[in-house]
Amino acid sequence: MRVGVITFPGTLDDVDAERAVRYAGGEAVKLWHADHDLKGVDAVIVPGGFSYGDYLRCGAIARFAPVMTEVVDAAKKGMPVLGICNGFQILCEAHLLPGALVRNHKLHFVCRDQWLKVENNSTAWTSRYDQGAEILVPLKSGEGGYQADQSTLDELEGEGRVVFRYVGENPNGSRNDIAGITSANGRVVGLMPHPEHAIDALTGPTDDGLGMFLSLVDSVVKA
Amino acid sequence: MARVVVDVMPKPEILDPQGQAVANALPRLGFDGITSVRQGKHFELEVAEDVDDATLAKIAETFLANPVIEDWVVRRVEA
Repeated sequence: MRVGVITFPGTLDDVDAERAVRYAGGEAVKLWHADHDLKGVDAVIVPGGFSYGDYLRCGAIARFAPVMTEVVDAAKKGMPVLGICNGFQILCEAHLLPGALVRNHKLHFVCRDQWLKVENNSTAWTSRYDQGAEILVPLKSGEGGYQADQSTLDELEGEGRVVFRYVGENPNGSRNDIAGITSANGRVVGLMPHPEHAIDALTGPTDDGLGMFLSLVDSVVKA
Repeated sequence: MARVVVDVMPKPEILDPQGQAVANALPRLGFDGITSVRQGKHFELEVAEDVDDATLAKIAETFLANPVIEDWVVRRVEA
């Protein structure tokens, strides 16, 4: 299976995302922000970093990149899309996921290994986890506070669309301790922490993040 | 050419830690009596005369502001 990983000007974590895809047995395909096609990929990862320098707002300019038009179209047809950190912000700005990410409540950039609880293991990206499992992956962001109005939060909670929740102290003031959410069909997932940095105990705190990429391979093979 | 100003502010119910940090620093600098600060963004656009209000409103709503977390005001000013 082929998994596209987008590089925008200012993206940092594309290489780690590509490596995670290969660890899970997929083929990583580089996508460029100015591309007008998705090169026949089966899924797309929007990785972390500081697209376009995070000018205006995180993800606001990246949303209008040519490749994102293709991603939005493909996502609406059911293609699995994963947004990590800045990628999560971009997916929110592109309206593939509801809500927005704002400056951390204590203003500090947070960089630490973070425990997450898997709240939903029925998405394209989380089927390898047990419901309620706790995983440890790196978190590194300055604008990770998840915000949405009350009716959106009620909808997310009511439909089980909160995918990951922070365990322990809330690192950034996210409402309801939300670390990651999914679209109504469970194909698009966005989260602030970085599973792609936790796929091998040699280079990360754990290999807990690999489950997301293995889940994707499972979902595409089944489809 | 006309000058258009777009002011974007975090919605009242959204926590504004940047504004709070500024407010907390004021007493340390000897300025008392400031009870609250909110920090936003101010854009100045030079636009052709034939750009209509609906276009400006769309630019503000879809790009300069994020309606999930921000309010905005568009106004034409004397250049």
